[in-house]
Amino acid sequence: MSASTNTDGLPRWATLALLPAINLGAALVVSSLVILAIGQDPVTALAFMVKGAVGSGTGFSYTLYYATSLIFTGLAVAIANHTGLFNIGGEGQAYVGGLGSGLVCLALTGWPWYAVLPVAVLAGALFGAVWGLVPGYLQAYRGSHIVITTIMFNFLASALMVYLLGGPLIEHGQMAPESREFAESTFLPGVKEIAAALGYRTSTLPLNLSLIVALLCAAVVWFFIWHTRWGFQMRTVGANDAAARYAGINARTTIVVAMAISGALAGLVGINELQGVQHRITLNFQAGMGFTGIAVALMGRNHPLGIILSALLFGALYQGGAELSFEYNEISPRLVVVIQGVVILFSGALEHMFRPALVRLLKPRAPSGAGQRA
Amino acid sequence: MDDTALWIVSLLASTVRLATPLVLAALAGFYSERAGVVDIGLEGKMLTGAFAAAATAAVTGSPWLGLAAAIAASLVLALVHGFACITHRGNQVVAGVAINTIAAGLTAVLSNAWFDLGGRTPSLDGAQRFLGLHFPLADAVHGVPLLGRFYGEVIGGQNILVYLAALAVPATSWVAYRTRFGLRLRAVGENPAAVDTAGISVTWLRYRAVLITGALCGVAGAYLSTAQGAGFQENMTAGKGYLALAALILGKWRPYPTLAGCLLFAMTDALQARLQGVALPGIGPVPVQIIEVLPYILTVLLLAGFVGKSVPPKAAGQAYVKDR
Repeated sequence: MSASTNTDGLPRWATLALLPAINLGAALVVSSLVILAIGQDPVTALAFMVKGAVGSGTGFSYTLYYATSLIFTGLAVAIANHTGLFNIGGEGQAYVGGLGSGLVCLALTGWPWYAVLPVAVLAGALFGAVWGLVPGYLQAYRGSHIVITTIMFNFLASALMVYLLGGPLIEHGQMAPESREFAESTFLPGVKEIAAALGYRTSTLPLNLSLIVALLCAAVVWFFIWHTRWGFQMRTVGANDAAARYAGINARTTIVVAMAISGALAGLVGINELQGVQHRITLNFQAGMGFTGIAVALMGRNHPLGIILSALLFGALYQGGAELSFEYNEISPRLVVVIQGVVILFSGALEHMFRPALVRLLKPRAPSGAGQRA
Repeated sequence: MDDTALWIVSLLASTVRLATPLVLAALAGFYSERAGVVDIGLEGKMLTGAFAAAATAAVTGSPWLGLAAAIAASLVLALVHGFACITHRGNQVVAGVAINTIAAGLTAVLSNAWFDLGGRTPSLDGAQRFLGLHFPLADAVHGVPLLGRFYGEVIGGQNILVYLAALAVPATSWVAYRTRFGLRLRAVGENPAAVDTAGISVTWLRYRAVLITGALCGVAGAYLSTAQGAGFQENMTAGKGYLALAALILGKWRPYPTLAGCLLFAMTDALQARLQGVALPGIGPVPVQIIEVLPYILTVLLLAGFVGKSVPPKAAGQAYVKDR
């Protein structure tokens, strides 16, 4: 789990590019087998997915829209990973964070979107941070296992939202468990508005300004992890918390802060999904994005640039998978969940499987130098 | 009075039915975790078992073939888990999450493709399911107040898998604490190096534990789709695997306390269904979600040491490296 410990002499390019490519290849092979098992031609299906995801402006804008949420949750998982914590509570943190952003949008009726956005970002981050911080605190100070606690917090988040959207927040006189619509002035503009300004009329396109927010977050996370004291402390705790303690780092505080930041990042999903697209607080708007963040972070080797690329890949899988299931009735859009699982398996749980083989393959031939690499 | 008695009997009967999959899955987790392999993947194995059982029963008409298919499918995932965690010393939690994700996707994709019912399998009729057994004398004692109904509807009247789950608890306790295999199983979860030094293969022991886990998860899945329910639905486990894990933790990784944990969770579940919209005296109507989340809150509090302390097997979560 620890982020790219490079002690076996595997070249950097192999770690950063070749290994993810092999993992992706393995995932594609497994998915092809699944498509074969349901009696379809994998090559045609995969080609159709690619075309659906990047073959048209509309398709690509959907891909980028999915990628936006995945950058947030991927970064969230990565921050925790760097600290040696496996945060599988991204789903709940995104859900509760979205509640924060949504409440801001509901409250600030009449404000222009550019004034609402910073407040909604802060609220989303704050709500998400609280939902991540509590499991972090319980791990650091009470010894609870972060994985179990974050799973429990996913269920708690779900129950909380069902309660709020079914009662206190439900739109007056409606049956559907969702809030009333935000005021139109608070809607985040997106490619649809840009196209309209240029004189084009487009169908509803979900891609919106929060992609910029996500990319900014990726840059900030990169700077934070590798160029700040806190980032250094997190990586040290993640690599060896006993050593971190000896070096005078407060490992407990570091864990709590890392989980708060992780939750805050996941909490921003609501900016994209609610302020950007749904324009109201809805049930399950985060729809698995928090879980997919795990695959995104693992595939992207916990590096912001890698996360952006793998978020794009998974965004394309989501969009391509949706198109595919429109075309072929037999193929469920859940195919992307299988691919996601296989990626987690190969690049997460089986990370040691391909690596030694690659090390052997790429090792310099000279037998005497094998033991002492620079 | 009679209404109250009826209510209690129906609550207890419902508790037993809801506890069964939790008990099977929690005992499954018991074997794996006591051998030192953390298993977040109970949920996924159960879900796969549920799908395999319902699909096979629908096609062949036999619930027993369905049960066999459920065990086989769950065993395959257990082998994947073992391959990643034992053979390749991968991160056990990540492997579990991978299995859950694959199971959630694969069952949805396959059920949709094979049956074309929007992620369901065809509804099973009586002959394709495990139905409640009619106990001898149940009718004769039906008239006895409370106890008659208790005998007929709680003790009796359940399907065969419920009794299997009930037997699995003492059986597990016996295996774990009274057999050589059980001793080694517990030892390998506490101190694998000692087991290795004694000349016993850590790898083989852990594989056997993981396989038992797979088989039990398969039975739990078959129960959901061919005994309690009448067919498979997407994501029908709905967190039961995690709840079973929580019960295992609550039971401090021991069979009987784990059973108690499962019964507690099942009763809150049964209560929740019955308290919907009911106003409690002095409090007023309680949001049903509050009762629903009690097991989760309890687990969080327990793990944090606020309600007793639960200490996992020492070597749980760590891959065994033979040579250092």
